[in-house]
Amino acid sequence: MKKGFINPVLLEVRDLVKHYRDIVAVDGISFSIAKGLCFGLLGPNGAGKTTTVEMLEGVNPPTRGEILYLGSPIGPQFKEDAGIMFQRTALQDHITVREALSMFQQLYRRSTSIEKLIEQYSLQEFVDRDTRKLSGGQRQRLLLAIAMINAPDILFLDEPTTGLDPQSRRNFWRLVKSIKAMEKTVVLTTHYMEEAYMLCDEIAIMDHGRIIAQGTPDQLLAEHFNDVVLVLPEDDFHADLEVLPNAIFNEDGKVEILSRDVNATIIRLLELGTSLSQLQIRPRTLEDLFLELTGKELRS
Amino acid sequence: MRLRRFSAVLRARNYEFFRDRAAWGWSVLFPVLVVMGFAYAFSGDSLELYKVGVHGGSAAAHEAAFFKVRYIQFIPIEELAEAITKVQRHQLDMLFDMTRGRYWVNDSSPRGYILERILTGDGEGRFLRQSVSGEQIRYVDWVIPGVIGMNMMFSALFGVGYVIVRYRKNGVLKRLRATPLTAFEFLAAQVMSRLWLIVSIVILVYLSTDLVVDFRMYGSYADLLVVLILGAITLISLGLTIAARISSEELANGLLNLISWPMLFLSGVWFSIEGLHPYIQKFALILPLTHVTEAARAVMIDGAGLMAISDHLLALMAMTALFLAIGSYTFRWE
Repeated sequence: MKKGFINPVLLEVRDLVKHYRDIVAVDGISFSIAKGLCFGLLGPNGAGKTTTVEMLEGVNPPTRGEILYLGSPIGPQFKEDAGIMFQRTALQDHITVREALSMFQQLYRRSTSIEKLIEQYSLQEFVDRDTRKLSGGQRQRLLLAIAMINAPDILFLDEPTTGLDPQSRRNFWRLVKSIKAMEKTVVLTTHYMEEAYMLCDEIAIMDHGRIIAQGTPDQLLAEHFNDVVLVLPEDDFHADLEVLPNAIFNEDGKVEILSRDVNATIIRLLELGTSLSQLQIRPRTLEDLFLELTGKELRS
Repeated sequence: MRLRRFSAVLRARNYEFFRDRAAWGWSVLFPVLVVMGFAYAFSGDSLELYKVGVHGGSAAAHEAAFFKVRYIQFIPIEELAEAITKVQRHQLDMLFDMTRGRYWVNDSSPRGYILERILTGDGEGRFLRQSVSGEQIRYVDWVIPGVIGMNMMFSALFGVGYVIVRYRKNGVLKRLRATPLTAFEFLAAQVMSRLWLIVSIVILVYLSTDLVVDFRMYGSYADLLVVLILGAITLISLGLTIAARISSEELANGLLNLISWPMLFLSGVWFSIEGLHPYIQKFALILPLTHVTEAARAVMIDGAGLMAISDHLLALMAMTALFLAIGSYTFRWE
């Protein structure tokens, strides 16, 4: 269930800037993350979302700007309260799943039972296996369990499902939803608009180190679009594209027509002798929004 | 420092080492094989050159024909008493005191006997004979402290330095940084893990090879342990300093080799540095392995106590402090 933004602010970012020599990775962004919500950072590669989330995690110092956790600059207590799953990470060689969990458990004052985590994240089958011998999905579940080992108040997930097969990805979403149900605050970066739509209560879209749009997914879509998309196989469309305003060929060999008046558009298609047997009508998505705002594909 | 966090990282590092069969085999088998190989190769006699110590004057400036004979290495000596002990130990074949016109040979040394025949056959009668006696120190007895030091050096530099660079490169350090673990706790765990490992392996290597070679040990085992522990800490600290910032395994490998190879040849592991150029001898004093080797050799061969080797121990302590200060100041997680 999407929540209203009446929750107290957990993390606040003010005019955050990060330079890598001459490159401006993050260019003066400000936002706040409310307690108990899932906040998504969307953007293509190089947009600055991983740099942003690493600054929030406290592992990458900002060039300028402020990050406040519960109203104070992030300090040692933040590390006790935060759970982190990096985009790319490694564990020590030759240690088993249980040993990895045990090691991380001892690094925190507060911790969750290892047995509970093993059960919750379905690690039972390979709990005594070398962590290097896990599949992609198993490994991500272990890394999520490690991120949850200290019963964190805020959980950072940096592109957690990149490279996973669709089944593992959906399984991972289920786990994140269960974490959200525990009233945890989640900060998620992702390439996948479907993932953001499924999991996030609020999203910020980044490009060139700046936030170019922010709000709930539905709010953003409603603000930017008042039309739907009619999709037809290219072979069923016999007229020139010019006869229909807002019609394009997409990469999948289909014709997409943007329409504010579906009835009128369908009548016009029938007049043009178009077969409607395979017509699909879909609402606008975050992918469309991103394309609209930046001119780029979300996953480019 | 929180002991719980320190011990968690220490345990993980120990698991990593002991389950890596290749690393384990290399760390234990290699030094045993090296010592065995040297014991076999030098089981007969010692080095080929005749070594003659010269105190209180230059051999080259002396007119006697003896001092012009080829294949005799004349080594300047500063401390006469130390040099006499070396004649006793067969580490010097002959010793001259040019100021008082005396020479020493070991009655039981065949090499001393030959040198003395050359000296007297040359008609040289200005030097007064002084004889000493003592059991010969075989080359293997002389070289074993150096081989132990060398093993410690490789284990410390590559076992700590290289591992930290690998951790940094593959993201282990980044992940640990995101936890409450401090850099000091992490580094202390790495030092402790490698320290007890090195000391255990050295003891194992010593005992196993001693069964075959039967080393000379004139000093105290406790004193030797002090030297080895302090030496290991110094060398591990040097490894940490090298690994403090680097994230390229290739660069780390190059730097570790750049440091270890001069130490291997200039720290007196394989041959005495007394015959080397004075500048090189001075340079050798800044190498930690020189102090480890000389202190261990003094304990094992000369029966020296901790007071007698205090210069070496102080040098190692100073180096440890310096390396740890540089290492902790420059350390970065990523």
